[in-house]
Amino acid sequence: MCKECGCGQGGSVSYDGVPEAELHGVHPSPENAHDSHDRHGEHDGHGHHHHDHEQDHEHSHEHGHEHSHEGHTHEHQVVTLEKAILEKNDRLAEQNRGYFRAKKLLVLNVLSAPGSGKTTFIQKTVAAIKGQLRVGVIVGDLATDNDAVALRTAGVPVVQITTGTVCHLEAEMVARAMGKLDLDSLDVLIIENVGNLVCPASFDLGEQFRVVLLSVTEGEDKPLKYPPMFHSANVAVLTKCDLAEAAGFDREKALANLHRVSHHAKLFEVSARTGQGMNEWCAFLVHQREHAR
Amino acid sequence: MHEVGIIQNALDLALEQAQSSGATRLHRLCLRVGELSGAVPEALQFAFETVCRGTLAEGARLEIELVPAACWCARCRAEFKGATFSCECPRCHELSSELRRGRELELTSMEIS
Repeated sequence: MCKECGCGQGGSVSYDGVPEAELHGVHPSPENAHDSHDRHGEHDGHGHHHHDHEQDHEHSHEHGHEHSHEGHTHEHQVVTLEKAILEKNDRLAEQNRGYFRAKKLLVLNVLSAPGSGKTTFIQKTVAAIKGQLRVGVIVGDLATDNDAVALRTAGVPVVQITTGTVCHLEAEMVARAMGKLDLDSLDVLIIENVGNLVCPASFDLGEQFRVVLLSVTEGEDKPLKYPPMFHSANVAVLTKCDLAEAAGFDREKALANLHRVSHHAKLFEVSARTGQGMNEWCAFLVHQREHAR
Repeated sequence: MHEVGIIQNALDLALEQAQSSGATRLHRLCLRVGELSGAVPEALQFAFETVCRGTLAEGARLEIELVPAACWCARCRAEFKGATFSCECPRCHELSSELRRGRELELTSMEIS
């Protein structure tokens, strides 16, 4: 279940149509530490332990639950811990990240509201760079494999994750989808997240670049309305620029708002359909991948 | 935010240490939560009560130390209270990208016996 919005109850995730339960815990990660554990007992790197209630109690229950009398053998003790609490997804994402780095794989997490143009943007990107770089794609949607079908026309390997009712991709889903790709034969992995400006922001997938799209038809104040998503971006892409005039888009205002919330993000302004700005974007990707060598 | 996952993780860490020091009960767990960490204290409390059931921590108290966000303005060479993701200095209106405090999510201490 998505703890952000409570969605995802009763659904099931599939990978190119294969339900999660039928995947044999295939993880390319060297540790393989996170296949098929119930979350109650999971502990990467800490070994496993269970919260079974029937553990050895040396003290009988006639003491009751108040252990506060003095001179008692079990006095209260305050123990300093000072430990960061890394949520399960963060740990898995770091595992993914380590794996990607070792494979020198440039990984992008592409996010936006539904309809901002992610699929077309990725399609055009793939078509432009596949001559120079070997690209693979993982795409997430609640239902249908329409995006995967569209992306496969570019002739690159694509895995479709259908989440059922889950509104975002998580590191574990990406790890499972990776099992269906030959990562050794890729230079770039593009992950198209579920269209959603809220929940996906909280789930690191292990990517190198978080690419957030904003189309000119969405309004200039979107970045201010969804600060966590835009703040988490290291690349911001203004899409559908060919429609700016028709939409009465105030470019200066949009850029100012983007700057305010994510001034550290590298900005690209494109129209995937006309090709405007796509050269600069693709050159950036090629350059980034070159640097990884 | 996903408070259940965070609290489960915090409890797992605490119980592991509690058990290895031979404790049989955990009475209190203390967390440090930054204002911009995304975690909501009320949700953490609610999640805590649930995940403690059936463990050494059943009935335990969760104490949360809230850390306000603080940004550093390089121009003014001073800290200021940052409340949102944009961190604009109230003195000079320069946008700061240096958030010094406010994103913490830490287990500080626990009381066991």
